[in-house]
Amino acid sequence: MLIDVHAHFYHDRTPRADWRERNASRLEAGRKIGITIHVASILGSFGRTSPTYFPSPPDLEYGNDALLALAHDHPDAVRGYVTVNPNYTAHACAEIARCLGAGMVGIKLAASRRATEALLDPICEVAAKRGVPVLHHVWQHRRHDWPGQEASDGAELCALAARHPKVRFILAHIGGGGDWQHSLAAIRGGPGGVPNVYIDLSGSGVDGGMLEACLDAAGPERLLFGTDLTIDTGWAKLRYLERLLPPRELELVMWRNAASIFPRGAFPAD
Amino acid sequence: MRVDVNAFVGAYPYRRVPGASVEGLLHAMERTGIDVAWVSHLPSVFWRDPMAGNVWLFQATASSPQLRPVPAVHPGLAGWERVLGEAADRGAPAVRCDPLYYGIDAAGPEMRVLAAACGAARRPLVVAVRLEDGRQRHVNDRVPELAAAAVRALIRSDEDVRLVITHADRGFVEEVHFGSTPEEAARLWWDVSWIWGPPEDQLETLLGTIGVDRFVFGTGQPLRIPESSVAKLDLLELPPDQRAAIESGNLAQGLAA
Repeated sequence: MLIDVHAHFYHDRTPRADWRERNASRLEAGRKIGITIHVASILGSFGRTSPTYFPSPPDLEYGNDALLALAHDHPDAVRGYVTVNPNYTAHACAEIARCLGAGMVGIKLAASRRATEALLDPICEVAAKRGVPVLHHVWQHRRHDWPGQEASDGAELCALAARHPKVRFILAHIGGGGDWQHSLAAIRGGPGGVPNVYIDLSGSGVDGGMLEACLDAAGPERLLFGTDLTIDTGWAKLRYLERLLPPRELELVMWRNAASIFPRGAFPAD
Repeated sequence: MRVDVNAFVGAYPYRRVPGASVEGLLHAMERTGIDVAWVSHLPSVFWRDPMAGNVWLFQATASSPQLRPVPAVHPGLAGWERVLGEAADRGAPAVRCDPLYYGIDAAGPEMRVLAAACGAARRPLVVAVRLEDGRQRHVNDRVPELAAAAVRALIRSDEDVRLVITHADRGFVEEVHFGSTPEEAARLWWDVSWIWGPPEDQLETLLGTIGVDRFVFGTGQPLRIPESSVAKLDLLELPPDQRAAIESGNLAQGLAA
């Protein structure tokens, strides 16, 4: 079993004219490398009618509905994170309730509001109450503001995680750009570290030494297989880990850790 | 036969990288089924005289027939012509130059002279677009990435020069390829290390639009794990002849000196 905790799909109201091909390609490549479940999110309209990282409420609803439809069409392969914009608190909480009720299994926070802001607290309180993880977009060491997003870095996510110790947070795409060593240092933290933050191994980055550093910072018990925009690099990291870890620990990364943080029954083996 | 045209040995100044020794490289090659690697000396990319690393490179690779040395040439330093000649004498499959790390214009007069000399010596010139993702580089690592315009200028500068460009992404490859004449483009080879696989399928797209014969296998190891380049080819499920062309045949036909 292999669970991809960081996948994306597209729909007809995104700028991608090739959205069907990209969705089909993800599912086909997933079959080739053995992905059992793609846990995915859709970030509104991906920029067509509102910015990717600042999606409007109508775009969020359309994207979440499109993902629910995909999960309905591929019940054996697709699960969903409900994507919300914390600047619209009431809408976010209502959308979480609606989409979790319809079968989604987690919450996606992108970069609409920094992780240190109090506006994220109501969402995290819902996550704690419903027992679902939060996948949080992270810029590995944000030295300044980047255009198009109010990105958080690992230290900022860890501050949020410390405020909400009952919520399981997934630090997104450790290989997705930026200084991953900064994020790993934040996760390692002081005595005890930040135990409710898990590392999603996705991203196009395949740096030599990154996987060893992830294991050193969090151990195999807090690493999660993921792909994001490049399934090839996800597969490469898995192949590398096969040489690095004994089978029992590799299973943790492949699916057991994911199964332990998502709601019971989210995946076939539960 | 799988030939990696984009490998290094030696330490990287900006972070700890495991497997950077000759033994580490050989182990990684065995692990990933790479038969031959074109190898450069990583530390000297950052030296004032990068050619000073070549002696070590030749010695380190001498006892390992699966490692082919790709020595550095700095065309702004006196004596570079001798280094190019030595590379040919020692059977180096190519030479490399990292002009922006050396602080010279990537398409300036020194590089054009080097390009012409490489053409005359029948040695391909290896040039990297980048070594690391620009978003993660060390705060003091401010060297610009190679511009596509520089590659277009170099390939036009001499009718015999052949370039192997590593670490280029899809947009870069397309800009140079379609910004060149067919004759110019036929003297350019691209390693696959930085080109995305599915679901974006950028490598598959390029193989269809630009052609299988323009691509060679490269990894960027040890800065990048070599499994990445193998995985993206495995995902393509290419016909055996096309896979073989990328992994070694294109080198044998177009680049072997």
